Amino acid sequence: MIQEKTLPRRDVLRGLTAAGVLAAVGGSLGAPGAYAAFETPAEMPRRGGRIRVASVSSSTADTLDPAKAALSTDYARLNMLYSGLTQFDSALNAQPALAEEIHDSGRILWTIKLRKGVQFHNGKPLTPTDVVYSLLRHKNPATASKMKSIADQFQEVEVSGPNEVQIQLTGANADLPAILADAHFLIVPDGTTDFRTAVGTGPYRCKEFTPGVRTIGTRNPNYWKPNKPYLDEIELVGIADESARVNALLSGDVQLINAINPRSIRRVTASADHAVQETKSGLYTDLIMRRDMMPSGHPDFVLAMKYLLNRELTCKALFRGYATIANDQPIPPSNRYFLSGLPQRPYDPERAKFLLKKAGLSGVRLVVYASPAAEGSVDMASILQLSAAEIGLNMAVNRVPSDGYWSNHWMKHPLGFGNINPRPTADLLFSTCFKSDAPWNESGWKNEQFDQLLVAARGEADEGKRKQMYGDMQLLIHEKGGIGIPVFISLLDAYEKRLRGYGSIPIGGLMGYSFADNVWLDA
Amino acid sequence: MAVLIARRIGIAVLTLLLVSAAVFSITSILPGDAAQAALGQSATPEMVAALRAQMGLDQPAYLRYLHWLGGLLTGNPGQSLANNTPVADLISMRLPKSLLLAGTAAAVSVPVALTIGILTAMYRGSRLDRLLSLATLGMIAVPEFLVATVAVLIFAVKLHWLSALSYVPETPGIGPFVRAYAMPVLTLSFVIIAQMARMTRAAVVDQLSQPYVEMAILKGASPARIVLRHALPNAAGPIVNAVALSLSYLLGGAIIVETIFNYPGIASLMVDAVTNRDMPLLQACAMIFCCAYLILVLLADVFAIVSSPKLRRR
Repeated sequence: MIQEKTLPRRDVLRGLTAAGVLAAVGGSLGAPGAYAAFETPAEMPRRGGRIRVASVSSSTADTLDPAKAALSTDYARLNMLYSGLTQFDSALNAQPALAEEIHDSGRILWTIKLRKGVQFHNGKPLTPTDVVYSLLRHKNPATASKMKSIADQFQEVEVSGPNEVQIQLTGANADLPAILADAHFLIVPDGTTDFRTAVGTGPYRCKEFTPGVRTIGTRNPNYWKPNKPYLDEIELVGIADESARVNALLSGDVQLINAINPRSIRRVTASADHAVQETKSGLYTDLIMRRDMMPSGHPDFVLAMKYLLNRELTCKALFRGYATIANDQPIPPSNRYFLSGLPQRPYDPERAKFLLKKAGLSGVRLVVYASPAAEGSVDMASILQLSAAEIGLNMAVNRVPSDGYWSNHWMKHPLGFGNINPRPTADLLFSTCFKSDAPWNESGWKNEQFDQLLVAARGEADEGKRKQMYGDMQLLIHEKGGIGIPVFISLLDAYEKRLRGYGSIPIGGLMGYSFADNVWLDA
Repeated sequence: MAVLIARRIGIAVLTLLLVSAAVFSITSILPGDAAQAALGQSATPEMVAALRAQMGLDQPAYLRYLHWLGGLLTGNPGQSLANNTPVADLISMRLPKSLLLAGTAAAVSVPVALTIGILTAMYRGSRLDRLLSLATLGMIAVPEFLVATVAVLIFAVKLHWLSALSYVPETPGIGPFVRAYAMPVLTLSFVIIAQMARMTRAAVVDQLSQPYVEMAILKGASPARIVLRHALPNAAGPIVNAVALSLSYLLGGAIIVETIFNYPGIASLMVDAVTNRDMPLLQACAMIFCCAYLILVLLADVFAIVSSPKLRRR
């Protein structure tokens, strides 16, 4: 919970929602130890049992270092072993975790009061120095943190009391609690440089970690959430092959898997003992039209391509309906800043033909790059190729391997596909993928008005105005941005029905990677 | 014979050196490096540069190669770039598992293949010969991923007899071992049994058409004695070579089986190494496969010399 000492009560409440933190948990936070289980299950959880969970990938690059986490298996492993200052609930609001209270002044100076009596797995109590170390190590280039560009916002992080940490940002950002819920910012003990094992404050202790093979966590009896976790042991493995993963679930070798293909759903639901969990997420695969190359830099060409995207067909044929039609802007309908009034761009080949003619590009030969690395892009490219052929546009699909796609092809061709994982907040998504100088500004789109709105929205205290600003930004991307987003792809997990307490947190599969904290095994 | 073997070993060492240079230069041509692979989609130029310096990738390629070679000669294959643990540790975790799987598959398939080969040769042209020939040809034709997938669907998903995943069982004993290894061993055996059986049959048939066999028949030796005592020792050379080639495949070529059954063997370690551009690990795996191949071929040659009455006396 966030309290705004300098503002009157009404503003406090507004601030709460603005900063992405539910006010509802307020009461229970006062009494230490009485942690509000915001996903309180309807039935009494059962203690004990062991499960095996299979995620999509596992290689020698597996890590126990939160800064280096790269894949869903890493996030799931880390959330099993470590805790963060905040954590997401099922509506993607950042709830306090190791932080007991978060106060801010002007959204630029943040004071975090830590939960008392929290212990690391080795018995060492959690102190503010651990938090300072865990946050500041991302700024050190030698850490090779995936979050360096985000952590550079932390101007100063220092111990400000016996149980308190202060974060001074370089500029106002109301989303700090959500940023801190990211798996990269999980808390490690002060001075940790060796990550061959994990010493965290999370629900499970690291019993075995073999990169590329498995991770075994055993129940942490001193976990800071009372009565949690429920299972005795969790084994996390990676099975790269999708059909092998589904087979392992159906044969009873594993109890939970993620990232199943929509085509496998019938196999899972045909079994009386298994179920599928759909999570509507902000994950998307987008058509990138580079602004700095031709013909993709021509605004009419960009618009024509957006009209050529057959969203209905993509949703139905490619994802069997397990997707949400998108509108060339990256905020999914589930986000509270979603601009609902924006008219849906239809599939309109005639309009596309007209625009291309207007731009004098009717006879142009196009090559679009697609790869299995960007989920669904190869099929999307084929659909686009068919639509293009209908209006006499000659388009070739260049399918390239996953290996090295991100470093050698992504954002390097006039036309290609990208894939953007769900981000917890609109600000994070816009800052990393759409701001003029963003590292992953996929189309090289530069819009001064957008950049100004983005910075202004970070510090905006008025929730109504903030929503308005995010709406304007979505409109800008929809109309002028250099990417086309056909659909938001749903995340599909499958599990054995004996596994209870499972749900969805739309930041990722495996219950937003934090299944370990929530599930139990029915007898 | 000692001179022959010594010369073979010398050539083997030279081959290893050439292979390591070839693997190193080919992987250098691959687009991207370990730093880019580690950072993936989130790479920015500054982060890549920092990580490159940390991994020592900013040095010229020939220096990195010499450095690696120097390390190997002093018994240190280096640090894995992907997760910063010693390559020796990673290999020592996986290699015994691969050897166990390969050993089990060999122990099952070699006797079966030899039996099939000898039987079909002895009764060539008979109904049994045609049936087994059809079966072995069919086994060669069916790709192993299909065998593995169908086996999983039947024995794990439908019947629940066996595990769809194959891990080294934690509880010792025959039961768990069979449960974990039955399907991978079956799949691996499928391909190599067929190949070895075909080679055995061909080699034995070839010997049976020789004049000395005719002599043995005229002397009144029993068919079993003719094959086992007279033909087989002379056919041993080609058979042992076929067995050696098939067995060398078990170590490095088991990648499909490792993928489908999620078996933590050394082939998938090498695939990881390629994906992560993890040069030291990749080199180490390549050296191991190459060594295994050379040793098996060498053993096959020695065995052929020792077993063949003609060569032995020379």
